[in-house]
Amino acid sequence: MPVDLDPASKFTAYAHPERLVSTEWLQAHLGTPGLAVVESDEDVLLYETGHIPGAVKIDWHTDLNDPVERDFVGGAAFAAMLGAKGISRDTTVVIYGDKNNWWAAYALWVFTLFGHEDVRLLDGGRDKWVAEERDITRDKPVVTAALYPVVERNDSPIRAFREDVFAHFGNPLIDVRSTEEYTGERTHMPAYPEEGALRGGHIPSAASVPWARAAAPDATFRTRPELDAIYRDEAGLSDGDSVIAYCRIGERSSHTWFVLTHLLGFEGVRNYDGSWTEWGNAVHVPIALGTEPGAAPKLR
Amino acid sequence: MFSMTATELPAKLAEIRDDFLELEEPDRLLLLLEFADELPALPQRYADHPDLLERVVECQSPVFMFVEVDPDSAVHLYATAPRESPTTRGFASILAQGLDGLSTQEVLDVPDDYPNTIGLTKAVSPLRIRGMSAMLARTKRRLREGTA
Repeated sequence: MPVDLDPASKFTAYAHPERLVSTEWLQAHLGTPGLAVVESDEDVLLYETGHIPGAVKIDWHTDLNDPVERDFVGGAAFAAMLGAKGISRDTTVVIYGDKNNWWAAYALWVFTLFGHEDVRLLDGGRDKWVAEERDITRDKPVVTAALYPVVERNDSPIRAFREDVFAHFGNPLIDVRSTEEYTGERTHMPAYPEEGALRGGHIPSAASVPWARAAAPDATFRTRPELDAIYRDEAGLSDGDSVIAYCRIGERSSHTWFVLTHLLGFEGVRNYDGSWTEWGNAVHVPIALGTEPGAAPKLR
Repeated sequence: MFSMTATELPAKLAEIRDDFLELEEPDRLLLLLEFADELPALPQRYADHPDLLERVVECQSPVFMFVEVDPDSAVHLYATAPRESPTTRGFASILAQGLDGLSTQEVLDVPDDYPNTIGLTKAVSPLRIRGMSAMLARTKRRLREGTA
């Protein structure tokens, strides 16, 4: 049984209002049977410093990424991890996190790869919850292990690989990194560590729409009219478009993937999680420099 | 062949490593949290002069540090990082406690891979451990250049 929806008026304008809950809603629903609250942060230790009462932690490095290959965990590991956290297939999962919900959106996207049906984001994430001085605790939640079925990932509808990007040329690509990364001035986020890309620039024909434009100062998503103005009017996306979004390692583009898919209702949006750390290191791939998108290369 | 590196590890660093290794993986994170909580505030002379601090750009979160050699030739490391970056605070705190009071040469002799030996690579992930390796490298560079 899915937990009831948040009727907040801001959400009703979005294409899929059932994908968001407000801090007020979550506060009122804590402890509801069938609801699991998950914190997913950039900092692996932030949850331990204090989290929403009853929330469990899912870490993108240690829980979602395969420890050996550059890929996500498989069905068996995902099932074991969720089962241990008391989440079953029909659980309503609300995810929140630091940094404007980057990693929360990334986790939601990975849940979607596994076809978990009812997974939502907390609008505003950890920052808003803390700013509103709502309860946080260091108490470990009491979790009753659940049985999560082993479901294999279905990558193709929402995940793009490098070869998919080649086949996609001529269709919209959205680069969600900072302007300095897009132009090729730098290969990593300002104030972030160099995580190893040999070349700077962007995938030719990609439009630059930094992820942060979709976020309000309080880390919530911008309203439907604001988002329409950015992605439809400015970036020129229209219904029926096939879109691929990318960033550096796929976390900021998960944020944009969520916006395009669930808030604006685009279908078949894919996140290229290999992103710049793959493209900027790959041999024999085209790269554009500067502020202009550049022409889409001819298909090989 | 006589290898000195393993046995020469300063006592405090060895103790910190052993404390981590004694614990199960999930508890190692909690010990790291204790270190994060214990990171002392900057001494007033640095708090008043943020320009004296060096930014560790390899770390994901803003961390600033200062290395000092006192008149008795003992090294002290001071660092600051935001509350929202507990992993970075924990790393800084381990080094601040582990290196405190050593001589310059003793710090330079600390193995560069010390951060990888304290049992955190799995709990925290190898990529994140790089942040601590970068802090240790910067500390040594400061001492080597004599700018501490």
